[in-house]
Amino acid sequence: MAEIILTNVTKRFGDGTIAVDNVNLDIADGEFVILVGPSGCGKSTLLRMIVGLEDISSGEVNIGGQMVNNSAPRDRNLAMVFQNYALYPHLSVRENIAFPLRMAKVPDSEVKQRVDEAARVLELGELLERKPGALSGGQRQRVAMGRAIVREPQAFLFDEPLSNLDAKLRGQMRTEIARLQKRFGTTTVYVTHDQTEAMTLGDRVAVLRRGVLQQVGTPRELYNSPVNLFVAGFIGSPSMNFLPATLTGHRLGLPTGEVDLPEELAARLSTGTGARTVIAGIRPEHFEDANLIPEDELGFGATFPATIDVIEWMGSELYAYFPVRSGQGQQAGLAELARDLEQEGVRSETDESQVVARLDPASQVRENGEAQLWLDIRRIHLFDPETGENLTLPTGTATTGGATGALEGDGSDPLTKEGDAGNPPHAGGAHRAT
Amino acid sequence: MSSQTSTVTTHSSRAGGRAGAGRPQVAPDRRRIEFKWIVLTIFIIVYALIPLAWILSLSFKSPAAVTDGKLIPTDPSLENYRTIFTTGVFVRPLINSIGITIISTVIAVALATLAAYAIARLNFPGKRLVLTAALAIAMFPPISIVGPLFNMWRSLGLYDTWPGLIIPYMTFALPMSIWVLSAFFREIPWELEQAAGVDGATPFQAFRKVIVPLAAPGVFTAAILVFFFAWNDFVFAITLTSTDRSRTVPAALNFFTGASQFQQPTGAISAAAIIVTIPIILLVLAFQRRIVAGLTAGAVKG
Repeated sequence: MAEIILTNVTKRFGDGTIAVDNVNLDIADGEFVILVGPSGCGKSTLLRMIVGLEDISSGEVNIGGQMVNNSAPRDRNLAMVFQNYALYPHLSVRENIAFPLRMAKVPDSEVKQRVDEAARVLELGELLERKPGALSGGQRQRVAMGRAIVREPQAFLFDEPLSNLDAKLRGQMRTEIARLQKRFGTTTVYVTHDQTEAMTLGDRVAVLRRGVLQQVGTPRELYNSPVNLFVAGFIGSPSMNFLPATLTGHRLGLPTGEVDLPEELAARLSTGTGARTVIAGIRPEHFEDANLIPEDELGFGATFPATIDVIEWMGSELYAYFPVRSGQGQQAGLAELARDLEQEGVRSETDESQVVARLDPASQVRENGEAQLWLDIRRIHLFDPETGENLTLPTGTATTGGATGALEGDGSDPLTKEGDAGNPPHAGGAHRAT
Repeated sequence: MSSQTSTVTTHSSRAGGRAGAGRPQVAPDRRRIEFKWIVLTIFIIVYALIPLAWILSLSFKSPAAVTDGKLIPTDPSLENYRTIFTTGVFVRPLINSIGITIISTVIAVALATLAAYAIARLNFPGKRLVLTAALAIAMFPPISIVGPLFNMWRSLGLYDTWPGLIIPYMTFALPMSIWVLSAFFREIPWELEQAAGVDGATPFQAFRKVIVPLAAPGVFTAAILVFFFAWNDFVFAITLTSTDRSRTVPAALNFFTGASQFQQPTGAISAAAIIVTIPIILLVLAFQRRIVAGLTAGAVKG
């Protein structure tokens, strides 16, 4: 068990592409850290640099206080679980699990005892004499984990271990991995592109985009206080809605209408005079059916009419999709972001954005019907369209809840009607994000 | 077969008339096709094995009966076998054949395994060149180089020695083995070696404990191909040897003589031919599955 410290780690490939760009990350002893990002963001490369399967172009990797840049994988005493498990097909499950011990020349009696112990923990008892080819996907996964835990390594490294399993098994194995990690208390680095895994498993989550570390924090921090557009869009499902907006003083012009920002938020933005273009980020659950909001709450947000395209009723929640007219200007930047996020957040052909609202399932809104929606203005995020930076975060550290905790709701006006003049109802426009 | 079909028919006709009605027409059709296949197969087997059966028959005949034209010897004897093993014209070449072939096979397969592994795993400049050259050598007709080799070997002192044959056998067998083996290595996921490395294995340990066992069918295939090539070779053996010191069986058969100069050594040659065929048959039977797996694996899965 050990801490892992990455200092200015960079990976440059032979053809000049930079896969990992100047990453600094401290992983404490016993911590469970997730590396997450869309495919091609360098997260697997970073993991392979930690384990020693990729050379480090520049920077330093320290494991347990030792610089390991030039050590071979076998000298780093790490255990890795590969995406395709990489079990040795010619060896029985027992010998697969025993392999690291055999390499370390552990005496036979101890090998047997430790393999049996690992098999007991993973409930592999009856499978020990089988070959990996005769096992199911979930069983292979457990054998791969058995091979990792049997030698008590300095750290566990997982490279998208659940991506080959079906959805149900994935859920089971996810809790199993969490349980094992808690039990052994071993430092763990886990690579995934699945944000559910990232949010549920990790003590801390590191979000990568194009090799650059965007933000590191607890799942709660990432969700509540994303530092930029990318993290905001990547974390959360369905993802955050992005709308172009203009900021004039403490008045925010949204495509749905104009609204006054709460004072504290406005103060933090410290805008000068004149209008400024921003991108507003609103999570689906920060919309609500205006009819279901208590009278005294209404004042904290803005109410506006919307024409609902599509409704998805899930029992415990209800998703309402509605189009919003947005200026052509910001579309290019948002489209690029959508590409990076591997989602169809913005329809670039038209000047319309699709917005998702997560409403109370008791809501009576109907498809193709007009609904009064309420937007919690206290929870809105504003981003700089150029840098993508989150302008609404308190300066300094991004601590949990700070952005929304102690806000005083000063009377923010309901959205004015002028916004929806250019927002004709869409007959059968059933386009959905994702 | 026919009884099976009829039970099926009765069952289905009992279950439902319509389903059963179609069956009897299908079965004879299938039987006719099967029959054609059986006839064709028997024809091919007979065509291929008659010469072998003839040699076998000759080897049991006395010199006088060789020309009697009967497939089944009237008076079978082991006389010919006794002759070749007692007169000494055959024993020494047999030892040469076994020794030279085994040494060539072991060295060629060992070298080919390492070379093929490098070709499958590493990206080095000239990799394509190596593979192309290997293919070119494999297609090179041996007869075109035996002349120069004869002169070279004489001046180098390799003429009529074991190494004098082992070297050309290895050289011609290596390309073939490299191609077969690199196809095998390419199919083994790279992650396995990486996993072995993370698990604490040195690169050589990973190669020996993970890669070689997985490529075993390929190694066997390559070994058998080399063995056949060296065992059956005649061109090099007849050109690069002059005495029993290193002459192998295919070449030695040429120098068999009868009891007198007017007598053909047909029976003895046949007996020797049967003896040298035995190892090949045993090898094929022993490794039948592996060879088939080996020959198809590279092609189908790759």
